[in-house]
Amino acid sequence: MSNTIKNSHISDPPLIIGNQTFKSITDSISRITEIKPPKEWYIFFGLAVSVLLILLGSIGYLFWEGVGIWGLNNPVGWGWAIVNFVFWVGIGHAGTLISAILFLFRQKWRTSINRFAESMTLFAVICALLFPAIHVGRVWLIYYFFPVPNQMGMWPNFRSPLLWDFFAVGTYFTVSLLFWYTGLIPDLATLRDRAKGLRKKVLGFFAIGWRGGNRQWQHYELAYLVLAGLSAPLVLSVHSVVSSDFATGIIPGWHSTIFPPYFVAGAIFSGFAMVMTLAIVARKVYNLEHFITVKHLSLMAKVMLLTGSMVGYSYAMEFFIAWYSGNGFESFAFINRALGNYAWAYWIMVSCNVIVPQFFWSKRLRNNVAFLFVASILVNVGMWFERFVIVVTSLARDYLPSSWDYFSPTIWDIMTFIGSFGLFFTLFLLFIRFLPMIAMAEVKTVLPEADPHHQDNGGKS
Amino acid sequence: MKKPLGVLAEFSSSATLMYAAENLRDNGYKKFDCHSPFPIHGMDAAMGMKRSHLGFIIAFFAILGGLIGFGLQSWSHSIAYPIIISGKPYFAWQSYIIITFELFVLFAAFAAVFGMFKLNRLPMFHHPVFYSDRFSPKVTNDGFYVSIEANDPKFEPDSTADFLKSIGGSNVEILEEDA
Repeated sequence: MSNTIKNSHISDPPLIIGNQTFKSITDSISRITEIKPPKEWYIFFGLAVSVLLILLGSIGYLFWEGVGIWGLNNPVGWGWAIVNFVFWVGIGHAGTLISAILFLFRQKWRTSINRFAESMTLFAVICALLFPAIHVGRVWLIYYFFPVPNQMGMWPNFRSPLLWDFFAVGTYFTVSLLFWYTGLIPDLATLRDRAKGLRKKVLGFFAIGWRGGNRQWQHYELAYLVLAGLSAPLVLSVHSVVSSDFATGIIPGWHSTIFPPYFVAGAIFSGFAMVMTLAIVARKVYNLEHFITVKHLSLMAKVMLLTGSMVGYSYAMEFFIAWYSGNGFESFAFINRALGNYAWAYWIMVSCNVIVPQFFWSKRLRNNVAFLFVASILVNVGMWFERFVIVVTSLARDYLPSSWDYFSPTIWDIMTFIGSFGLFFTLFLLFIRFLPMIAMAEVKTVLPEADPHHQDNGGKS
Repeated sequence: MKKPLGVLAEFSSSATLMYAAENLRDNGYKKFDCHSPFPIHGMDAAMGMKRSHLGFIIAFFAILGGLIGFGLQSWSHSIAYPIIISGKPYFAWQSYIIITFELFVLFAAFAAVFGMFKLNRLPMFHHPVFYSDRFSPKVTNDGFYVSIEANDPKFEPDSTADFLKSIGGSNVEILEEDA
């Protein structure tokens, strides 16, 4: 009896389906970068570049005319620029979570989506960094942020959360870039070895002479592990620091210790939604259903269910603390969010972020790709509104009723925000066109043949 | 006159590559490498390699980064530009922790990547293994190779090639350059 249990192999179903071999993985993923893209790519790229032009035009006008073109008014000095900044930084977080935290937990299903998600992180953080840079007003004085010796003998105020934010997001971008590039090196070598002529030279330059020896893999794997170990606390710190921009302020609705964990959960939630939106489109257009399977999407839905519930809990807890604190301003701020001028935004946020993820309890809906696509977009909308509700409703109704005002965006606010999607998608589509969107070397390690003891267990040779 | 630089042999799977690595280790070869399209778990022990000491390099730069971060903030607020902002003391060390942490991580990440390059002697755009026509298209795709360098004390072109054949290697090539 005990003998039969010991000998039976209870194994999980394979992560990569369709009888893949090492060669078929290399071929199907490398080919995407080597042949002319499908016509959908041209349509999306044309659209993305057009929207990018809207962004460039809006920024040009902003630099010419100043931040007065936005809908900012006296109490609401932080409008869409900061909302968009927090929104984009949050989206980036899923990439690091997938590449670093799931790596440390040895969650092998990440290998199909990690390259994808890391690239999304980089491009989202580029979009995020754009907004604080352009909202400073005199953008040519942005170097005031940097601790560089200058003619005025001044140094930045390191005691301010705004400067922490600058360092946190800057470090986050740099570390994400290093992590992404390190992961790409073996795959660039694969592309190099398939290419000819100038393409081979360019890829060879970036592959830095990788030859796959175990003496290289040894250091490489340790470097990758350490980068993952560094990124994991970094990603948790970044959104915590972003939340400090608000939490250290004394505005009712901002001054709250729940902000760091609440922002981090929200960031992961929105980031997974964005990975899902992009992955569902890409797997369809490029026929990658064998690599990014329904199981991957279903697991992402579970993460969204968890983080979405944490976000919902935070909303409830904020209300409870506002009441329990006995602070009149704090209570008013929250009642005003739910019932005041901006109630429409608040209830969009609650419907999208609290109610939508609860459908993921159903296994049938978690495996329904069309439903996941719609849900992921709704979550993105909801998370944008979350930041809008936090930033705008708190500022518009601060302590003194005489200073209250209502914030309405202008056309330039809207065009800059929409334009930032153009920047994001242009970069993302260029990535899909020229770089392997699935980490080939890593996906190969999850095939059963990669295990040197595969044959000992009676597997076919 | 051709000068041998090393010998290269192809293996069929990660299991046979591991078996070859164990044989080379047990026969006293030192300057050899096992090439594969992906890292193979357990290969370090099979090749008789010591643990990578990249960790020490990273730790050194991480601590350096943290000290620079904390020092920069303390120096600029206490010495270079002492000014009271929102009633905080000049040396408000609690508020320096975040940037100290960020610079710790930043330096550690650079040390991890560039330390790895240094230990792997990368970038290195030419290497004898690339002289083989079969090696580079296969090793980053689905091929498994052993290379032994000519400066290994046990290297002797013909006998080493025969040894690689005897432990399951195929397409054994002697890599040479014009002397």
